[in-house]
Amino acid sequence: MNDSNVTECPASPALKLKKRSRDPVLTQRLAFAFLFVSTLLIIVPVGLIIVIIVQKGLPGITWQFLSDIPRQGMRSGGIFPAILGTIYLVSGAIVFALPIGLLSAVYLSEYARGNFLTRLIKLAIVNLAGVPSVVYGLFGLALFVTFFKFGASILSGALTLGIMILPIIITASLEALESVPHSFREASRSLGASRWQTIRYVVLPNAISGIITGTILGLGRAAGETAPILFTVAAFYLPQLPGSIFDQVMALPYHLYVISTQVPNVDEKIRYGTALVLLAMVLFMNLAAVVIRCRFRKKKKW
Amino acid sequence: MVEFLIKDLNIWFGQIHAMKNVNMEIGSKQILSVIGPANSGKTTFLRMLNRLNELNDNFRMTGEVLFGGRDIVEMDPETVRKKIGMVFALPLPLPMSIFDNVAYGVKVSGVRNRKLQAAAVEKALKQAYLWDEVKDRLDTSAFKLSGGQQQRLCIARTLAVEPRVILFDEPCSGLDPISTAKVEEAMLVLKKDYTIILVTNNVKQAARVGDRTAFFLSSELVEMDGTDKIFTAPRDKRTDDYIRGKFG
Ligand SMILES: Nc1ncnc2c1ncn2[C@@H]1O[C@H](COP(=O)(O)OP(=O)(O)OP(=O)(O)O)[C@@H](O)[C@H]1O
Ligand SMILES: [Mg+2]
Repeated sequence: MNDSNVTECPASPALKLKKRSRDPVLTQRLAFAFLFVSTLLIIVPVGLIIVIIVQKGLPGITWQFLSDIPRQGMRSGGIFPAILGTIYLVSGAIVFALPIGLLSAVYLSEYARGNFLTRLIKLAIVNLAGVPSVVYGLFGLALFVTFFKFGASILSGALTLGIMILPIIITASLEALESVPHSFREASRSLGASRWQTIRYVVLPNAISGIITGTILGLGRAAGETAPILFTVAAFYLPQLPGSIFDQVMALPYHLYVISTQVPNVDEKIRYGTALVLLAMVLFMNLAAVVIRCRFRKKKKW
Repeated sequence: MVEFLIKDLNIWFGQIHAMKNVNMEIGSKQILSVIGPANSGKTTFLRMLNRLNELNDNFRMTGEVLFGGRDIVEMDPETVRKKIGMVFALPLPLPMSIFDNVAYGVKVSGVRNRKLQAAAVEKALKQAYLWDEVKDRLDTSAFKLSGGQQQRLCIARTLAVEPRVILFDEPCSGLDPISTAKVEEAMLVLKKDYTIILVTNNVKQAARVGDRTAFFLSSELVEMDGTDKIFTAPRDKRTDDYIRGKFG
């Protein structure tokens, strides 16, 4: 039995090699070309989206468009309230989601033992990430707007968006924390540092870039979503600025939806201009995430 | 004087019985070499002394370990680790500057004053024979040092905390002969003030620097005696076989 194994093993790979080796160079070239084209296909839609939006929207971008309130039933004037509303919502979401997300990531990575509860929490996070955004909207309506009586307000919308991006922040932070080599923690502990000191001085400084990156990606997501703010905060037409966190605001994605489908005869310049502003905000955040990651990677010392 | 008194020590990692009925007395201000083949439990033994094993979830231990007469399990683990420093097999600098590496233990002990930190850093780096090589670039990353320098940095980092005991786990396994000689030289000077326990895979090194030598095999302490005795007339045949290179 031993013998047959010994003779069989080297024989079969040799056979396979023979079959394949008809023209390995050509095969490899073909494969490369195929892979390259597939990769190129990813760039095409991104490029097209940007080109079309910029082409059609750029003529509409004027200082007045960015700084004025909408006028004449949104057919002229600017989109400033919507820009500001989106900024408020995104900031509110982050103020709520970053501390909770970061703290739970630290708990899961540094303190939790691998028991049933931990597995349950991780399962919950995965599921939270999979919930469709419109369901978050409905949930926000039920919990924040109705139950807590915050009404349709910046507070309700920001909290809803915050919950939506929580799994993104937790997952990214967890990954960043876990990528810090275990041996660093051990070296730190061996010098008499407590668990918290180790986290504070060794783990967090080396995970911070990943955490920030994840957070910014979450922000980009929050800025672009319509469904979660639909029932919780977004105003159809509100040509004035909010006075407190209990006011409704306009927001870019919802405004875009409204002027594209609900209001007839809106100039294309205005529609695409709004899309361009939204796209620019999201792309800017993604760019910031990339820059921060590069910065920290250069500084990384191992 | 007795530094450690170990009675009926048993250690498990889950189902693995990693230390079996060890009884030992370790004197202070001398070097104890610990030798034994791979997997014999040397590292486990060392990490037990400063309670690092406890970082593993499935670690369990019975028996008694007295450190200066006090049961280490009853002491605060951070205090134990400050008094019993450790140098790992591979150089393990923290991802920060040379200065911050050495100052780290001092900092976490609550010394905020930069001048006091600097004094401790200088003293420790001199003790580890590294000061002259790095004094002009204390704020560069520790990872820019060579392997041998990194290991001496780790020794300095441990010394800066002013421990009573230093545990070395194969500190020269990744080093060239010259760096090894430097580390050994440092150890021989240090034993005047510190108790040193040196785990080594290099039997000759154990003979060179150890005052006493302990031989572990399959999670058991086979024998422990004066280094001369172990290397000339060991009581156990297995010890004799091991130091002659017959197995392991
Ligand atoms: N964290 C752990 N979890 C599970 N088992 C462990 C752990 N640490 C050590 N062991 C087990 O304990 C036994 C002794 O290991 P130890 O690392 O102490 O050996 P060693 O003598 O230091 O070997 P080496 O010379 O290769 O470093 C091994 O069987 C190992 O699998
Ligand atoms: Mg070992």
